[in-house]
Amino acid sequence: MIRSELIQKIADENPHLYQRDVERIVNTIFDEITDAMARGDRVELRGFGAFSVKKRDARVGRNPRTGESVDVEEKHVPFFKTGKLLRDRMNGK
Amino acid sequence: MGDKTLTRMDLSEAVFREVGLSRNESAQLVESVLQHISDALVEGEQVKISSFGTFSVREKAARVGRNPKTGEEVPIQPRRVLTFRPSHLMKERVADGNKR
Repeated sequence: MIRSELIQKIADENPHLYQRDVERIVNTIFDEITDAMARGDRVELRGFGAFSVKKRDARVGRNPRTGESVDVEEKHVPFFKTGKLLRDRMNGK
Repeated sequence: MGDKTLTRMDLSEAVFREVGLSRNESAQLVESVLQHISDALVEGEQVKISSFGTFSVREKAARVGRNPKTGEEVPIQPRRVLTFRPSHLMKERVADGNKR
């Protein structure tokens, strides 16, 4: 399923809404999650999962082609942990 | 760095502000978005949200695990796990936003 298919499903269930409003609604939800993580916040959606930010320490990396050392700065990466309910449903429980 | 935790309520509040539906309807829409994503994943489908990320289902084979406390062997059944791969845009935004 891709974004447009998700939007279509929601639009089909809500015939009283304009398609463009459904698009805005779906986009707002994803943007809000990304914005929260960009601020360093967590988004916890019980039963579904939690989005959080993990810190990766600075390290000395290596250019795999030349073997040369390169300093890699500390950085923050997005992380998702599946919620219990969804994990159980995926496994037929 | 922020340390707030947002919930469904914050997402529906954002929908409420953005589209001007009732709070109740906004909350229901957030719920149906999560429900549709979950249903697709339960069916084993991949969910790809452009500029956000991709949720995929991976099959893990059965293996023999061990109770770390007792050392006892326990069979681990084959199972399905969910992985989320953030888009480049999300990675970039999260990296930039949390830079010191």
